[in-house]
Amino acid sequence: MTNEAIPNLTAFDEAALDKAFAALEAQAREAARALDGEAAVEAFRLEWLGRKQGRLNEVSGRWLKAAPPEAKKALGVRFNALKAVVEGLLDAALGAGPSEAALKAEAIDITLPGTRRLIGAEHPITRTMIEIVNVFAALGYSVGVGPEVETDYYNFECMNFPPGHPARDTQDTLVVAGQERRPLRDRLLLRTHTSPVQMRTMEQQPPPVRIVIPGKVHRNDAADATHSPIFHQVEGLCVDTNITFSDLKGTLDHAMKALFGSTVKTRFFPSFFPFTEPSADVQISCIFCGGKGCRKCKQSGWIELLGCGMVDPAVFAFAAEKQPAYDAKQISGFAFGMGVERIAMMKYGISEIGQFFAGDMRFLSQFV
Amino acid sequence: MKILTKWLRAYLPGLTVDDGRLAEDLTLRGIAVEGIYSLGEGNGSLFEMDITTNRVDAMNHYGIAREAAAIYGLKLPELRYALPEVRPAARPFSVNIEAEDACGRFTARVLRDVKIGESRDWFAGAEVATYFRLLEQKMISNAVDATNFAWLAMGQPTHAFDLDKIDGGIVVRRARKGERLKTLDGVDRVLDADDVVVADHKKALGLAGVMGGWDTMIMPETKSVLVEAAWFDPVAVRQTARRHGLHTDASHRFERGADFNAAPVASGLVSAILLANGGWIDGELVDARVAGAEERTALRRPVELKLIEVWRILGATEDQEGITAATVEGVLTALGCGLESGVGAVSGASGVSNNARANSDASWQVTLPSWRLDLEREIDLIEEVARVYGYNRFANTLPTFGEGVHALPWAEKEAAVRGVLLAAGFHEAIGSSFCSAAEGALTAPQVGQIVPLGNPLSEEAGVLRPSLVPGMLAMVAGNLNRDVSDARLFEMGTVFGGTTNKVEERPALGFGAVGSLPEESALHAGRAFEFYDIKGVVEQVLARFEMRAMYFDRFPAEAGITPEWLHPYRAARAVADGVTVGWFGELHPREAAARKIKTAVLIGELYLDRLYKLPLRRPVAREISRYQPVRRDFSLVLDEGIAWETIDWAMAELLIPELVDWRVREVFRDARLGKGEYALLLGATFQAQDRTLREEDLQEFQARVVEAVGKAGARLRV
Repeated sequence: MTNEAIPNLTAFDEAALDKAFAALEAQAREAARALDGEAAVEAFRLEWLGRKQGRLNEVSGRWLKAAPPEAKKALGVRFNALKAVVEGLLDAALGAGPSEAALKAEAIDITLPGTRRLIGAEHPITRTMIEIVNVFAALGYSVGVGPEVETDYYNFECMNFPPGHPARDTQDTLVVAGQERRPLRDRLLLRTHTSPVQMRTMEQQPPPVRIVIPGKVHRNDAADATHSPIFHQVEGLCVDTNITFSDLKGTLDHAMKALFGSTVKTRFFPSFFPFTEPSADVQISCIFCGGKGCRKCKQSGWIELLGCGMVDPAVFAFAAEKQPAYDAKQISGFAFGMGVERIAMMKYGISEIGQFFAGDMRFLSQFV
Repeated sequence: MKILTKWLRAYLPGLTVDDGRLAEDLTLRGIAVEGIYSLGEGNGSLFEMDITTNRVDAMNHYGIAREAAAIYGLKLPELRYALPEVRPAARPFSVNIEAEDACGRFTARVLRDVKIGESRDWFAGAEVATYFRLLEQKMISNAVDATNFAWLAMGQPTHAFDLDKIDGGIVVRRARKGERLKTLDGVDRVLDADDVVVADHKKALGLAGVMGGWDTMIMPETKSVLVEAAWFDPVAVRQTARRHGLHTDASHRFERGADFNAAPVASGLVSAILLANGGWIDGELVDARVAGAEERTALRRPVELKLIEVWRILGATEDQEGITAATVEGVLTALGCGLESGVGAVSGASGVSNNARANSDASWQVTLPSWRLDLEREIDLIEEVARVYGYNRFANTLPTFGEGVHALPWAEKEAAVRGVLLAAGFHEAIGSSFCSAAEGALTAPQVGQIVPLGNPLSEEAGVLRPSLVPGMLAMVAGNLNRDVSDARLFEMGTVFGGTTNKVEERPALGFGAVGSLPEESALHAGRAFEFYDIKGVVEQVLARFEMRAMYFDRFPAEAGITPEWLHPYRAARAVADGVTVGWFGELHPREAAARKIKTAVLIGELYLDRLYKLPLRRPVAREISRYQPVRRDFSLVLDEGIAWETIDWAMAELLIPELVDWRVREVFRDARLGKGEYALLLGATFQAQDRTLREEDLQEFQARVVEAVGKAGARLRV
């Protein structure tokens, strides 16, 4: 900084004072404009406001002392105004931070990729199950679970698959070793569907029941693109007085719209399950083509999604052994079951069921 | 199953809808047409059908024609076949049903001087050549083709024997243990005493309801034929077929229940076709019946059906009129039921009231058709009404809201654990529920509690997984094999223990990690994911639960407590409130090598059943001090044998309220230290709730820290 020394003031009339202070203010402003970095700002502060050698200090020492008494007030007013200006300049300099040049020197390449911390992804099956469960929770359904290893009684017999019934053949069953000598109903197997939890629920509580049961099931199926020995189902059961087939239709129509979008249509076909009667398969209008027909729906415009039906009175009779309130003459109900893999494959465009169970990071990372 | 529309239309001349519409209407009523193939001008279409197992009656042309008749309100003519006049037999052919539990009806007709030859279109209703050509069904001879034709027409299995090879008459009986029979597939079979056979007076001729025998097969020179059409018991046929690993058209039908009344009709059809090529009937049809079987099938007691029950189960229709008494009567009559009005019902099938809601007390006694053994109860009839009426004509209604919604008791805990793992950057995986017996033995938390499968998918999947570790290892190794070097996975699933008599299921959390942190940076070298990273995750999981004390410990290798899959000196047990809740650490190098894994795998398992017994920690806010915290570092030198936890406990025991935090800042080893020593930089933070700490306070605290760590075996480094 090249500020001149403070001159001695000889005239103390207003004009002279104005001129002298204006010159100092101009010097301060010019000096402030050049400030660059913290050190320079500190130097400016010392130069102007320093207690011992600061220029303002000098002004007050020299000019004020030399001023005649009648000029002291006018000088004091101008001095205070200058001090405010200098302090303002200092504040501004402090707030402004480093100069443009200094900032530019710190430039980085912001086009380099960001550092990403891995965010864990919920498994698409978990995600889909939670989604389904939430749809039914909003309809007043509670959530239940049951064991993955079941007895023949719960998996088959009480679901109205009598011993020796051909319908048992449709569900290739994985069995626990060493069951041959036990009574058939006690033999342990890996549940082939989540339906046994219907019975476990009814045995635990009298009607009304509204429950959804997500869970893992197993079948002795060779693995291919759409079959896996491991898969998941969400089972649903609704029992009360006056539950009807049209309630079943309405409930599932609502659920499918909630899961796949409000434009989805449903249609129901007669089907056969030992534990429901009437039984139905439910199709939804193809979510890929909107029903016009495409490769995904085999040009039919429809995709088969789940099985359902009115709870068979024979199933209620088994439940009534422990809970007499399950009297098929007094109550009625419906049940449904859907394959979670199938729904997840459709929703996310997954072509191989095996991908769900391989733990491949590249596959799982897509679901973050 | 393949169905010709040309054949259907022959049964139902009044059918006017086109094949496409017919397929659609059948499908919507549960008789699913999966594919439609045009067979060219005048030949109609071929339907590829998929019919549910309960509807065996509809797995043939006449059965499907019956469904179509019900849908369109058409009359289906009965099947009748004109046969030449019978020449009285000297004495009736002998048929004896010994196994009355297994055979309910056996009809036998003797045809003489038949001419075995090629099939052709014999007469209206027996267009064997035309239909077989369209179906691409192989033609064998007029005799075999006749039985196949009857099968395709009406789903009734029949059999033609070369009568000259039969000794005496027919006996339906249990096989003798060790009895031999060569069946039509050319296999010599040793029979079981429970097998049911059709035999003559000397030998078994065929497996009843399953497959005929080789020796009585129709040959080109056959002159006399015995036509069998019978009704066999479902369970008996199923057991015989299963024992011999056979699944034939005949066994399929009999296992699911054949039509008791179809036997004579089918016999008539087969006989008429054969006789169309010459020959004569020797004696009346021999028709042996077992009364019990007939009562269980053709002569079942009527079932009561109430209209109000139909409404109770089915609910609202889109159509205002809904399901009326007339709807019920129309549907069930068309399906072959007989309806007799009960109290308050309208008068029979034709006199129908349009104001059916007024007839809410309408009821019927319904006799069940012999071919519909699946119909037994009122609900079965209600299903038929709904099915033929059309499921999609019912309204979409919602039940009234019941009661409160209950989540699973541990749902919140499960979500909390999952949340920690996800936030820590672990992907959720679902692994196999099975592992090999060797992996099971390696990883079972309870020694020996491994449950094998009776029919495993493979040896690698021979047992129910006792631990999530084998699956986690397989998935981590899988990623490495696919050149994915950074993998962090967790699984929340069921593990199995107990015995084959009583299997126990427990929820568990498994986790595994390899690779470096951070994962996706171009700018900095990553550092390997290490023990302390996985320990941090475990600490954070445990911290979600309310517990008085959490600690980690390890055992010398010889103690035999550390799981064998873990590196004995880089593994820890997690203990919450005195209960072991899991193990984690570095995979044992031996196990890594066995799986050709070259990098360190961090892996572990938490026993969630134990953790879930603890309540979730409810956050409680503390007053945050407004006063300045002061940090003091202590550079300590320790014997290698003294672990951090010794210092940690010493600090905890100081119970200085102003000591708000202490931690390891650094651990290092250098040559200037004594042998077997290491240095540790301990950072302690002091802060008071109510005042700014003065230098005198800090001096006192420091002195106490130095004394405490000194007692714990550390000395200050100078």
